[in-house]
Amino acid sequence: MVALLVSMSVASAGTERTGATSLSAKAAITAPKVPNAAALKAKYGGQSITFIGDSVGGGHTRDTALASRFSKDTGIKVKVVPHPTASDASYSQLARVFTSHGSSFDVAMIDVVWPGAFAPYLVDLKPKLGAQARLHAAGIVANDTVEGHLVAMPWFGDFGILYYRTDLLKKYGYSSPPKTWTQLFAMAKKIQDGEKASNAQFSGLVFQGNSYEGLTCDALEWIASSGGGQFIDGGKVTINNPKAAAILDLFRKNIGVTTPRGVTSYQEGEAHTAFVTGNAAFMRNWPYAYSIAADPKQSKVVGKFSVTTLPSGPGGHPVGTVGGWQLAVNKYSKHQDAAIEFVRYMTSPAVEKFDAITNTNVPTIPSVAKDPAVVKANPYLKPQIATVARVTRPARYLGTHYNEGSKDIYQGISQILNGKPAKDVLPTIQAQLDRIVK
Amino acid sequence: MTSLATPEPTSGPRRRRTTKLRRRQTRLAWLLLLPSLAVVAFVAIYPLGKTVYQSFTDQEFLQLEPTRWVGLENYRELWHDTVFRNSVWKTVEFTLITVGFEFALGLAIALVVNSSFKGRGVMRAVMLVPWAIPTVVAAQMWKWMLDDTFGVVNDAGTRLHILSHSHAWISDPSTALAAVCAVDIWKTTPFVALLLLAGLQVIPGDLYEAADVDGASQLAQFWYITLPLLAPAILVTLIFRTLDALRVFDVFYVFFGNRLDTQTMAIYNQDTIVGTGHVGYGAAISVAIFLIIAVFVVIYVTFMRVTED
Repeated sequence: MVALLVSMSVASAGTERTGATSLSAKAAITAPKVPNAAALKAKYGGQSITFIGDSVGGGHTRDTALASRFSKDTGIKVKVVPHPTASDASYSQLARVFTSHGSSFDVAMIDVVWPGAFAPYLVDLKPKLGAQARLHAAGIVANDTVEGHLVAMPWFGDFGILYYRTDLLKKYGYSSPPKTWTQLFAMAKKIQDGEKASNAQFSGLVFQGNSYEGLTCDALEWIASSGGGQFIDGGKVTINNPKAAAILDLFRKNIGVTTPRGVTSYQEGEAHTAFVTGNAAFMRNWPYAYSIAADPKQSKVVGKFSVTTLPSGPGGHPVGTVGGWQLAVNKYSKHQDAAIEFVRYMTSPAVEKFDAITNTNVPTIPSVAKDPAVVKANPYLKPQIATVARVTRPARYLGTHYNEGSKDIYQGISQILNGKPAKDVLPTIQAQLDRIVK
Repeated sequence: MTSLATPEPTSGPRRRRTTKLRRRQTRLAWLLLLPSLAVVAFVAIYPLGKTVYQSFTDQEFLQLEPTRWVGLENYRELWHDTVFRNSVWKTVEFTLITVGFEFALGLAIALVVNSSFKGRGVMRAVMLVPWAIPTVVAAQMWKWMLDDTFGVVNDAGTRLHILSHSHAWISDPSTALAAVCAVDIWKTTPFVALLLLAGLQVIPGDLYEAADVDGASQLAQFWYITLPLLAPAILVTLIFRTLDALRVFDVFYVFFGNRLDTQTMAIYNQDTIVGTGHVGYGAAISVAIFLIIAVFVVIYVTFMRVTED
């Protein structure tokens, strides 16, 4: 709860300022108009719906801005409720409402790994939004289609990227960001040793090390980029392998050495705070953090950082964990049609462009991702970064037990980061996942 | 209640009339109690009964097949569940440490603020401040204060050369339990002190005067007057604190989230039901926790009876 409140206040503080930022592209843009608003007003005006929305970065402020624009244009009242910052907590919240066939919300943002588990409780959007879905990336639409039903609309995408301090790399004699994890830790060490003299809080690398869903995402990148598979491959659990063990042990040995010791309790917010306050040389995070790091009102590293693909392990290649959020309509909603119209607006090209520029989220509509204004605001959309190999969490194999399987993974990895050798932990995770997959 | 309801074994007209009157009174008593009994049944007995029932089923969140009766299956699995076993030990360990410290410190503080000195009223009010802060807020505050990069504890500690370097109190498994215990002790000691202070204030002052006349030392007065007369308050305090500590959730949750090595019984239970959706198995855990707490209650209540006798 506190974490939620804190991130909310951070979020709202964030975007109030975004409007006044020096980036001219941002200052000009406001929430787009709702098309055919008059018709919607005649049909659904006066109805009210509840939207379980974002809470990370500037997400909540974006949601309220868009919702109030939508309400103003259509007369449909939208109550925006931010979800818990940890996505596994958000999952439980929705699961509870669905299980009791509740109608306490109408529209919810759902993680890219949830459509399979929630499908029976979601409205098929194909009849009304099928045409709009064709604008979105086919892969995500396929992910959101369960047994022929379009149970959710893609909203924004995500993938893990490496943020680095260009000024510090130059200062310590590096001409380019690290290509391998070993290089990254070596650079992190050298920069940290140098910077510690003037800033005791400085550390080399920050990432999402807390025992929660974010750690599953981070660890997937470490392991997959080292050729250690994606936890479950082709239906077989593969997490217990020497390559996975090697990269996990490399991270374990770096906790408290090139990272803050407390990184094992960091979520996204703690990581970006360390980076934008100038206390870290490298950060693994999602693209949303770019808008915060580039905002002079919130960041001390404006113009001193850049982004690139994450490093890889020996014999591997760089990857990024696929994240991203969809909008879905509750089957037990009392105002399904009004709710669907809200989803139509929120997943339209105009809104995705607005979100991409103000919040540096990855658009799920390819034509928006190529828009020059969007690319300018989002350097990670440069082809060499945007085309990085994407890896997915094993939602397909875990189905309704996804949350449980992911918990087995992140709790195990958390033990490794907190000091247990990987070889003592991986067999347990392997056995736990085996039990679910069978 | 029951002794009133049983008919008296004596005969005679006078006796019988009394019995009749008593019966009527008994009936009225039950009638008056009925609303509260109904409320208790609704808010306590029904949920407990339902939990016990669910613990014999395979009920899950988002489950499409109908729920099945699985008998003792959940309990069999729970018996071999090492995660649960660890969470029980972790919780008991936490309980023993915190209740022990809170009692010792609370008693000392209560004795101090019970003696008369200038500014006693202010002191009593100030001492309650930690208790007045909501637990999650206090926990989040301490989490930041104990942080290894920006926390004030490490900053002050290294500046004063008490600490050789910044320490990640919460993340490091070797100090995690100590950190969480310290926060709980900080927060709850005032509450313990308050309860004990209330107990101290009902001890008549003339007992001490008499003891002074008899030439009893301060220590003897504490040992033979204060402690025995404070015993009921002590027991109530210990029961309160022990039961609270065994159900601990918030501080651990804010500090560690879902970390495996620092799960309490309540966190494992919450995560099983709400996180992974195993309602049936989670109900079995709830019942187990209920029984574990019941053991502590029985120990205390027995001990209380013994002291009363």
